Amino acid sequence: MLSAHGLACERGERLLFKNVGFELGRGEVLWVRGGNGHGKTSLLRILCGLSVPAAGWVNWRNLPIRTAHGQYGREMAYVGHANGIKDDLTPMENLRIAAALDGRVLDGAAAMAALDQVGLSRCVDLPARVLSFGQRRRVALASLMTAGALLWILDEPLTGLDVDGVVMVERMIRDHVVAGGMAVMTTHQPLALDGLTPQTLSVGE
Amino acid sequence: MLKFLFTVIRRDVLLAGRRRGDWLTAQFFFVMVVSLFPLGVGPEPGMLRIIGPGVVWVAALLASLLSLERMFADDYRDGTLEHMLLSPYPNTLLTLGKAIAHWIINGIPLLLIAPLLGIQFNLPTEALRMLVLSLAIGTPILSLLGSIGAALTLGLRGGGALVTLLILPLYVPALIFGAGAVEGVLSGTGSEAHLSLLGAFLMVSLLLAPWVSAMALKVSVE
Repeated sequence: MLSAHGLACERGERLLFKNVGFELGRGEVLWVRGGNGHGKTSLLRILCGLSVPAAGWVNWRNLPIRTAHGQYGREMAYVGHANGIKDDLTPMENLRIAAALDGRVLDGAAAMAALDQVGLSRCVDLPARVLSFGQRRRVALASLMTAGALLWILDEPLTGLDVDGVVMVERMIRDHVVAGGMAVMTTHQPLALDGLTPQTLSVGE
Repeated sequence: MLKFLFTVIRRDVLLAGRRRGDWLTAQFFFVMVVSLFPLGVGPEPGMLRIIGPGVVWVAALLASLLSLERMFADDYRDGTLEHMLLSPYPNTLLTLGKAIAHWIINGIPLLLIAPLLGIQFNLPTEALRMLVLSLAIGTPILSLLGSIGAALTLGLRGGGALVTLLILPLYVPALIFGAGAVEGVLSGTGSEAHLSLLGAFLMVSLLLAPWVSAMALKVSVE
């Protein structure tokens, strides 16, 4: 499904990594590992199509992701360092607008259910500005859940989450992958996905 | 496709409604700049009538520049811009929607205030009508071309000053034909030619600007 071959990335004349490649199919998780500044985020941005690699290619369903922009956009969801939510909107509005921009219709009940699942049912009508960092992260994760994407690309999804939050994310990823989904992620914390062994990929070493 | 365009526009208008302070700054700036001229130049009606159209138009350019920087910057900072770029629709629609939203938020209020400001310059009714018409055709050009500058300078330090240098020269034709149309009414030489050229300029910007700024945006986000 998702395949990358010979990827290289340069940042300001410096080669971060080269010859990175992998194949990921349904029901598989890829754990990208590497120290700070080794290019994990750069790799994920290349995979979701925000950056262009210095060399190599990324294919989705055997088509380059640039060509398959429309389909890839529908089937892939990305959670980056920034949460991608507007501070002036409530979590509910954030979810519904994000869905509309992806061409989906998200009714109030479904949005409410997702927010409930990430433990934000009491903050539905507050502007995101007044939420804590961890709570805003949870809004981003709720948005990920409602996206119905096949491939999740997650950059440090555990940042800012409390112990319950980490367990919640682990369960989310596990359920998603067991149901036939795919995930590419980076994290510095060990991840307990019981019953699943992620493929690992080390970059920049 | 059209639904995506409308969603982008609705979203930006909603956000502007939530942050009315930011939004009003540019409008007040427009009113202040235009009102300073009669005070500075003196109350000589003939003189004011000559400079009036030009002053209102220059102030409209500057007010539009003032609000340009935020067209993409806020969304870039909180990561929503990346999500919109990754959406299944062409990025050209995103930049077109952003420019239209910028026009609705910043351009339309200018149209509504302009006749009031024109009275300060002793402009006759005919000229006031032409002022609004020329601004109605001209301000979308400002938003469209401005989106290119906003996309190019995204994420740069001191981007505000750079936008001004990049975009003001592109605004010159709109200024010449826009102010020229009003002067045509005042001098009795007619304004059809000016309006046609302004309209043609709008069509060209509508075709090219969203496309160029989508490319610029991709480079800036990378």
